Amino acid sequence: MAQVFDRGVVLALKVALLIALVLIVTLLFVWRWSIDYPHTLAAPPRQPLPFSHQHHVRDDGIDCRYCHTSVEKSAFAGIPSSDVCMTCHSQLFRDVALFEPLRQSLRTGRRLQWTRVNDLPDFVYFDHSAHVSHGVPCKECHGRVDQMPLTARARSLEMRWCLSCHRDPGPHLVRPGEVFDMNAAPPASENEQRRLLAGYGILDVRRLMDCSTCHR
Amino acid sequence: MSDLDRRDVLKLLAASAALATGACSGPPEEKIVPFARAPEMAIPGKPLFYATSVSSRGYGMGVLVETNEGRPTKVEGNPLHPASLGSTDPFTQAAVLQLWDPARSQTVLHEGQVATWPQFLAAMEARLTELERARGAGLALLTGTVCSPSLQWQLTQLRERYPEARWYQYDPLHADNELRGGELAFGRAIDTRYRLDRVQTLLTLDADFLSCEPYSVRYARDFAGRRNPDRGAMSRVYTVESSPGLIGAKADHRVALPPSRIEQLVLHLARALGVETPYEGDSPEPRFSAALLEDLRRSPGAALILPGRALPPQIHALVHMLNHRLGGAGTTFEHIEPVAFMPTPQLESIRALSESISAGEVRMLAMLEGNPAYDAPADLDFSSRLRSVPETVHVSLYVDETSANCRWHVPRTHEFEAWSDLRGFDGTLGIVQPVIAPLYGGHSVHEVLNVLLRSSTNSGYQTVRAHWQRTFNHGGDDEQWRKALRDGIVANTAATPVTVSPRPPSTGFTPAKAESLAAIFTADSSLLDGRFANNVWLQELPRPMSKLTWDNAAYVSPRTAARLGVATGDEIELQRGQRAVRAGVWILPTHADDCITLPLGYGRTHAGPAGSGVGFDAYRLRTADSPWVADIRVRRTGEHRWLVSTQHHARMEGREIVRTATAEEFARDPHFATTEKKERVPEHTLYPDYPHDSYQWGMVIDLNACIGCNACTIACQAENNIPVVGKEEVDRGREMHWIRIDRYYSQDSGRLDTDFQPVPCMHCERAPCELVCPVEATTHDSQGLNLQVYNRCIGTRFCSNNCPYKVRRFNFLQYSNESSEPLKALQNPDVTVRQRGVMEKCTYCVQRIQRGRIEAQELGRRIADGEVVTACQAVCPTQAITFGDLNDSHSLVRKLKSSPRNYSLLAELNTRPRTTYLAQVRNVRTES
Amino acid sequence: MAEQPSATTTAPGEVTLPSGYTYTSVTDKIANIVLTRRSRWPWFLTFSIALVCMLAFFLACGVLFIVGPGIWGINIPVAWGYAIGNFVWWIGIGHAGTFISAILLLLRQKWRTSINRFAEAMTLFAAGIAGIFPILHLGRPWFFYWLVPYPDAMSLWPQWRSPLVWDFFAISTYLTVSLVFWYMGLIPDLATLRDRAKTRTQQLIYGLFALGWRGEARHWARHQSAYLLMAGLATPLVVSVHSVVSLDFAIGNTPGYHSTIFPPYFVAGALFSGFAMVLTLAIPLRHFFGLHEFITMRHLENCAKVLLATGWFVAYGYLSETFMAYYSNDPFEIYMVQNRMTGPYAPVYWALITCNVLAPQIMWWRAARRSVPVLFVLSLVVNMGMWMERFLIVVSSLHRDFLPSAWGLFIPTRWDWIHLLGSIGMFVVLFMLFIRFLPAISIAEIREMLHEEKSS
Repeated sequence: MAQVFDRGVVLALKVALLIALVLIVTLLFVWRWSIDYPHTLAAPPRQPLPFSHQHHVRDDGIDCRYCHTSVEKSAFAGIPSSDVCMTCHSQLFRDVALFEPLRQSLRTGRRLQWTRVNDLPDFVYFDHSAHVSHGVPCKECHGRVDQMPLTARARSLEMRWCLSCHRDPGPHLVRPGEVFDMNAAPPASENEQRRLLAGYGILDVRRLMDCSTCHR
Repeated sequence: MSDLDRRDVLKLLAASAALATGACSGPPEEKIVPFARAPEMAIPGKPLFYATSVSSRGYGMGVLVETNEGRPTKVEGNPLHPASLGSTDPFTQAAVLQLWDPARSQTVLHEGQVATWPQFLAAMEARLTELERARGAGLALLTGTVCSPSLQWQLTQLRERYPEARWYQYDPLHADNELRGGELAFGRAIDTRYRLDRVQTLLTLDADFLSCEPYSVRYARDFAGRRNPDRGAMSRVYTVESSPGLIGAKADHRVALPPSRIEQLVLHLARALGVETPYEGDSPEPRFSAALLEDLRRSPGAALILPGRALPPQIHALVHMLNHRLGGAGTTFEHIEPVAFMPTPQLESIRALSESISAGEVRMLAMLEGNPAYDAPADLDFSSRLRSVPETVHVSLYVDETSANCRWHVPRTHEFEAWSDLRGFDGTLGIVQPVIAPLYGGHSVHEVLNVLLRSSTNSGYQTVRAHWQRTFNHGGDDEQWRKALRDGIVANTAATPVTVSPRPPSTGFTPAKAESLAAIFTADSSLLDGRFANNVWLQELPRPMSKLTWDNAAYVSPRTAARLGVATGDEIELQRGQRAVRAGVWILPTHADDCITLPLGYGRTHAGPAGSGVGFDAYRLRTADSPWVADIRVRRTGEHRWLVSTQHHARMEGREIVRTATAEEFARDPHFATTEKKERVPEHTLYPDYPHDSYQWGMVIDLNACIGCNACTIACQAENNIPVVGKEEVDRGREMHWIRIDRYYSQDSGRLDTDFQPVPCMHCERAPCELVCPVEATTHDSQGLNLQVYNRCIGTRFCSNNCPYKVRRFNFLQYSNESSEPLKALQNPDVTVRQRGVMEKCTYCVQRIQRGRIEAQELGRRIADGEVVTACQAVCPTQAITFGDLNDSHSLVRKLKSSPRNYSLLAELNTRPRTTYLAQVRNVRTES
Repeated sequence: MAEQPSATTTAPGEVTLPSGYTYTSVTDKIANIVLTRRSRWPWFLTFSIALVCMLAFFLACGVLFIVGPGIWGINIPVAWGYAIGNFVWWIGIGHAGTFISAILLLLRQKWRTSINRFAEAMTLFAAGIAGIFPILHLGRPWFFYWLVPYPDAMSLWPQWRSPLVWDFFAISTYLTVSLVFWYMGLIPDLATLRDRAKTRTQQLIYGLFALGWRGEARHWARHQSAYLLMAGLATPLVVSVHSVVSLDFAIGNTPGYHSTIFPPYFVAGALFSGFAMVLTLAIPLRHFFGLHEFITMRHLENCAKVLLATGWFVAYGYLSETFMAYYSNDPFEIYMVQNRMTGPYAPVYWALITCNVLAPQIMWWRAARRSVPVLFVLSLVVNMGMWMERFLIVVSSLHRDFLPSAWGLFIPTRWDWIHLLGSIGMFVVLFMLFIRFLPAISIAEIREMLHEEKSS
């Protein structure tokens, strides 16, 4: 009796099955990637003002702490209030149209609405002061902001990325004076690393790996 | 309620929808919104603490209010304030929720219609001009007890401006009997401040001084100071009470008597101590009295008798006499000039007011505090009389029963929103400063009074400041003012003792005859007099004795219940003359026979969404002639009441849970708590010890000190964003409190003792929960904490099954607030708000530990002992909870762990709890 | 063509083989159920009722995901309720199938042939349904995949000490293996159906799944060895799955969970309920489709004997639990036992003793073993009894553990019941579809037996 399926059909079926398999696998990966926040590195979000770190940091050489005042005292680094901007811009670029939102906010007291560039989930309790005081330089997480005309996120900020440093902080630290220095060089040698770690009192890395270090 | 449920469900739908989408796309874009002009001294991300005072029925209680980015989120006690010493009561903890309560009144009302402040001013202007012409005749003012100097000053001004005006006071939990008793004994109003830290033998007569009083927190601290067997001899406490109170639970000897018999006992006692009394009979409790007398005589100058507010003035006078006889004057107690301004018997006052209303003498009535339409004596029928007054003004936090019967309602500012000043129970003055601008546009009592005074100064600040200048006038130098604001108290303003001696009591007094069934009206441990009815934290707080939540009940003894033929949950009708109220019965084994306790403050009609219609209104049976005890009749209705409690089993089933010994046994064997159980603890384990870093956190809870006041439970709730679940969920056994207070009854040599045991997470070193979690959501960290990582939890609930202490709490539904913005603002930013479907539990306040660590690190030093304090530890009035670093050989917690009384709960399971208990010792008298 | 039925010497009912059947008639008889025979009202009635239940189940799941596990009666202390009970129950039922087909095959138990096919199907469906419950039971089911070890953005792994993780693997393995085993056995029959198909669609579909089976000697040889191999693989699983499931409890420290007898006790219980379910299914099957000659009295009687035996295993389990409690002299264990017998859930306990220990004893009487109605009722009783046992283990152990202050009660809500009944409905739906579209009895194996008998 005749075969129900001739060779062609059988081949087609096999191929179809294969394709389906491949499709499923790829879909899995696509899905994984899509939930893998954040997907877009180095894409500056829209801001009320086209603020340029490059200009302020590299060209003008303003220290981070001039604007991010609480970075050494608090978990939150602090975003400058409009009047802080005005300390300079009441003199410089006084009548550039670009600055209208700023002047307006100072006139009306309405606050500027900046879009978060480096956003962590609310169940993560990152503390700027803790990192800064332990010699983690700004650029370690924020990248070379002095080379960013518009500010964008430089790191993935995924948990595994955080852990990569918490597991082995040594190579990521700099000398106390250089935390806010964009050009600070990482420790040259093993000994250098060990000296830094000792200096910052990071004797037990296990503590850095505790869930309670970041989650409460 | 059903309406709420519906909205909850909708909320959940929305939530889960959002969640579903959120799961497969990146999180939403977030904004950072810096100030336009930055405020000074505020560091974003760091909490600020302001010292101020809150009013506890008129008297001041010093607190520190924590604000995050300007939002008040938590209340701590003020260590400098004598009424607090760093601790608070549950009400003070809940104050912050009351502040944010969206149900608070938000606008001026005229005849129930929305009006504006200017309209109110205009109306007042008209009224006041004509009143002033009449020299104030027809102007009546109603306040509570006044302990605010500024308010006092304004009242005197008012008197000058309107000489004919009348000022009335009323507080439903008034202290008339103490007051009149003092007058009987000393010929004038006098306050008595007791020094329990100096008392060796204490007798309390139906006086539960450990809760609901302005001095409770301080007295509890003093009391506990004498109850630690590790620190020398304990005091001995004798308690006579009708309805079970906290002091009754802690007493070494306790008898439960109906009110009338308590009087007999006192009179008998007096005669035995050589004071002439009309009572010839014997003591209702001969053995008790005999023992008591011997101890009283044995401790001259260190014995004290504390009379309760329900006892008649003559008894109070008599007790004054006895206390002087016992030689305690100057040591165990001292008399001071009244702290309150012009103390008057308030029942008289409110009666006088309602009479002059019905006499048509009152043309305008301004009520600056209170809710008389709800809590005035029922026979005065106050609410209907109110309506006959041409002009009525009511200033209050909520649009309550009284507001509903008034022409004008003015929203009052919360204590955290306005300027004022308050004197503590000992007279110490504290400045009340606002920690946030009025949320709902309220006005303070001072402002309203300024309106009545038609004075140029209209802000509360100006008034308080002006009064300050008058009293502490130092050439306007602000240093002292600033210091007062910083400290929260004005140094050495406590009232100075006065020496007075009591006159012999009038013998013309006839003791009350025994009622067949006596109703006892008491303040409620959660709602006080009803003012906290809409406070869901307090509503859900289990009542200390019954563990009842979201309700009050008619408490009776088993025998009386049998006599009435009722069981717990049955509904009864309480009849008093024409008045009748229906209530649910709840049987308390330690309740006195032939009387029935009716907690006040429930059955409100205008309390707010959460508080209205909860429980039954005992005020409806409470008349002016018998404010505390009344003869009632009871009949079964055959109906049932849905009463919900958090603890269903009160016996220990012979398990070594709360370990207790008498002082004698303790003296014989200090290690009684562990000796016979030791060998049951496995010595070996398969698992290696966890490696630990420089800190080792641990906790010790002293069961001898714990008075079961619930302050820790609610403090924890405030600190850790613990949601409220509502009556239905509690009934299903889903309450969320991280630290619960277990209440057991233990039969011991004929005595029925009440034991309290606070149970937080034990942070076991061998935590059973940790090894059953499939996703490592609960793990051990290097400082010994047993962590719960909410964002990793998938909710298998295996950990809870495996927890022998059942301290884990699960979000069976979306409990945490998602809709109400004000309540979001209340939440502690340092603690994750838990989502539906995750497990949660006590974390030893890991956020506080973390803050301490970071601050210490930045200063390059270790955390000092006492630097990190858990919320429950901070609030505990008796300092029963001690937390600290076990690696620090000098830490207090380490010292306590080495106490002979130290034992761990269910040690035989080898969970190695980090939270351990100090066993209980009762200073029971040994019959020789 | 067909030779005369050989007058057989065996008494009717004793045979494992339909007397006087030929290869063709066997094939006709079984294949026609699927191919030609039109469904009768009993089938439709059962199917539609079951379908309604199944839809209710899906509805309940929807509500569960939207509102949360709070719709059930669970609480603290009783954080596990029906969901886990149902899970264990279904897994148990999903045991007999593989036992019958694999172990009995290895033991060369001829009589298994005509019941193994639908028993395997039963296994498959039951295990599948069982697999759903642990996921429904989660607080945040959408994160169930965190139990899978995969390189995630958090660089976190499952916590391997947790029996729940072992469970996850045990069940998924068991499911896959039984599926493959079942399908492998089906292939020759699918081919038969393909060849006797009446319509093109039938031919296409069956053909597709027959994977081009042509019944060559080569095919048969490989099929046989592969089938045997799978049987070898499946055999240990029968034991492992329920042992692992039992560890979900045994690892816990709760009195009533923490017991070393659990693994064997659970496996025995599983077979017990499994065989009960086989009876529950076999009896209507043979009745409505006139398969009396294939599923004979002998089969039923053997099942009954197994019931009796495993029933005693289970009884031993109960006994030793009680004994060990007193033997250990652990106050908590002792209280747990007393509480089971006298506490709030005592009625359930005594009911299950009646169902699982007392009732099966009638199987000692041959008459009872050979009475179809008795067997049917008993099988239902045992199934009920086993469900109650699961409920008791899960709930009554939790509701009163160490601290009396934390004791509570579990009261099932309507959603609990919907999920239980709904899952049964789902099972019935699947089974109904199975007997409608696949040969409920293995044609090939019957033929094979016929052949062997002839040649003997």
